[in-house]
Amino acid sequence: MKKQLVYKRFNRFWHWTQAGLIFFLAMTGFEIHGALAFFGFENAVRYHSNAAVVFMVLIVFAIFWHFTTGEWKQYLPTMDNLREQIAYYLDGIFRNAPHPTRKTVLSKLNPLQRLVYLGLKILVIPVMVMSGLLYMYYRYPQKYGIESIKIFNLETVAVFHTIGAFVLVSFVIVHLYLITTGHTLTSNLKAMVTGYEELDEEKK
Amino acid sequence: MKKSLIIFSVIALFLLTAIILQSTRPYQPHPVAELKLKYSKKHVPSVDHSKLAALQVKFTTPEQVTEACNACHTERYKEVMRSSHWNWSREEYIPGRGIRTIGKKNVLNNFCIGTQGNQQSCAKCHVGFGMNNADFSFDNPSYVDCMACHDNSGKYKKAAERGGAPDPTVNLTEIAEHVGQPQRSNCGTCHFYGGGGNNVKHGDLEMSMFDPSKDVDVHMASEGVDLQCTACHVTRNHAMAGKVYSLSSMNRNRSTCEQCHTDRPHNSDVINQHTVKVACQTCHIPVYAKVNATKMSWDWSTAGRLRNGEPYDEDDADGNHAYMSIKGSFVWKKNVEPEYVWFNGTANHYLLGDKVDTNDVIRINSFNGSYDDRDSKIIPVKIHRARQIYDPVNKTLIQPLLFAAQKGEGAFWKDFDWNAAAAAGMKDVHLPYSGTYTFVNTEMYWPINHMVSKKEKTVACAECHRRENGRLAALQGFYMPGRNYNAGVEVAGKVLILLSILGVAGHAAVRVAAGRKRK
Repeated sequence: MKKQLVYKRFNRFWHWTQAGLIFFLAMTGFEIHGALAFFGFENAVRYHSNAAVVFMVLIVFAIFWHFTTGEWKQYLPTMDNLREQIAYYLDGIFRNAPHPTRKTVLSKLNPLQRLVYLGLKILVIPVMVMSGLLYMYYRYPQKYGIESIKIFNLETVAVFHTIGAFVLVSFVIVHLYLITTGHTLTSNLKAMVTGYEELDEEKK
Repeated sequence: MKKSLIIFSVIALFLLTAIILQSTRPYQPHPVAELKLKYSKKHVPSVDHSKLAALQVKFTTPEQVTEACNACHTERYKEVMRSSHWNWSREEYIPGRGIRTIGKKNVLNNFCIGTQGNQQSCAKCHVGFGMNNADFSFDNPSYVDCMACHDNSGKYKKAAERGGAPDPTVNLTEIAEHVGQPQRSNCGTCHFYGGGGNNVKHGDLEMSMFDPSKDVDVHMASEGVDLQCTACHVTRNHAMAGKVYSLSSMNRNRSTCEQCHTDRPHNSDVINQHTVKVACQTCHIPVYAKVNATKMSWDWSTAGRLRNGEPYDEDDADGNHAYMSIKGSFVWKKNVEPEYVWFNGTANHYLLGDKVDTNDVIRINSFNGSYDDRDSKIIPVKIHRARQIYDPVNKTLIQPLLFAAQKGEGAFWKDFDWNAAAAAGMKDVHLPYSGTYTFVNTEMYWPINHMVSKKEKTVACAECHRRENGRLAALQGFYMPGRNYNAGVEVAGKVLILLSILGVAGHAAVRVAAGRKRK
């Protein structure tokens, strides 16, 4: 076992900022949805819109970081070990069996994580951003005289945005639980806070 | 090096966010401060009419005053005689019904029902003299009443039941020497008292508006910009902007908030987006009848009860008529929350002689519009509900004869006989009356445009954006955030979250149990 820097400084900054934003956007978003009452509707709308802009700027930063550092390769889906990984969560984990996928700096994610995070990146987040932008700015085309792309009905936009929100909440619940499934109960959490994690030595 | 990169990212994140948020803030094309400046300039008359020799004479008839006006303002009377204030009618295109000449002259309402046959009384609010019956000559220039609108002395008064003639006590010479631009007091004398008393009809136009506080109306408050009616109802050659949809049908010549404020006057884009579908009045007039109550319903079917052979009145707790033998029973309300409808600027009307079924409430006027119609917006309305006289054989609303100078002519207010009043009234309008009558429920729609509140009192977001009991609860068929949701998505989403929690909890439980076993 060797202590290694797994999550670099920007990685952690991005992760925790995003975590905070998703929590805040869910709070304000479900208030706008009429399912919660906390900030008051008008404040909820204002906070949600402003937090959404912060989130989008963060996304631009993250995309830049992923491509300049090559970190995007972490999310390439793979079938290797997928079956074993599923079997681990359904069985091995209860018998204290070793993790089937070895975590390294160059390959931090197991095949299930790769699939789920890729799905978030190329499906859920884009749906949320696009529907969110339409929700916020649906009148802008008309403002500049482009009548043809004026949206007359918010329902479709709102329904997509709501579906995405439910998926994200569900993701967060499972994600929070899976923190506890590292080498020890807290090793994953510590790694995302400090950046360092004890990883198995690579076989030479 | 790495540390400075992170600090740079954080700073850049905040800066970029701030720039984006800043740039979405629209500029205001017509700042309120500029409008205030523009409208604070008071009109200075160019003529002092009391110095004119032609007016320093003893006028004995109101027609003499009009002739004196016309001697200098030689063409003005023609403008008045083209107006609906004079003609009580105008050509209107009614969608689905074509071009009709409609107005007070021939359209019914659900208050005092109609002017026909009752001209002598109703003409108290006609800009003319001598309208004693249906034979009134609409082309006699001497009958134009200039004083009703141009008296600035505040002393002009039209007599009751005298065909529009001034009260005999009025000093005509004094009025003639003190004329000027119309004030709230001129317009209000008729428009605040329509339907036979203060605030009976509109709800948002009543005597408190002669000199309203800012809480009642931000625009007309004398402590504020002190707008007169004609500031918005801009008048050129005696043709006024704006009209009320009790009598008009077309989306033309309207006087709107946007003409001064534009349709994007707010600092917040979210709020500006509302103006695509929501009229300004909807949020900015949270309640109407703020000072004095307005009539919400009128039941004619109870009219005609007599005590010792005499008609009588009864007041409600606030001192408003709850019952009058001549008119029936009323309900009055103060500080009323409007009802809301879609409106595209065109309206339909019940026109005299229209055959209608009584299965539904009969709409005396109704507003066209819907969510899907891109010209429609949600507007606040007062809906006046009534029970009024109807001919079940001919299936028409009845124009009864109400007013007559003496008994025996069939007028309800003298003889209290519905059958005679219906027969006489329908004869006046040349329509058949079967000899049987009943009472039916009717509705009349009045847009609420006045009594604009201070911005602090504006309707709050959550008064509409809420799941239950919102102000717009009656308007369905469109998605409003905070109120609407897709039921299927809602159930699926909740199931998904529940399954996630159960799955995680179950998994954790098995892990804990398995861990114990291993020990």
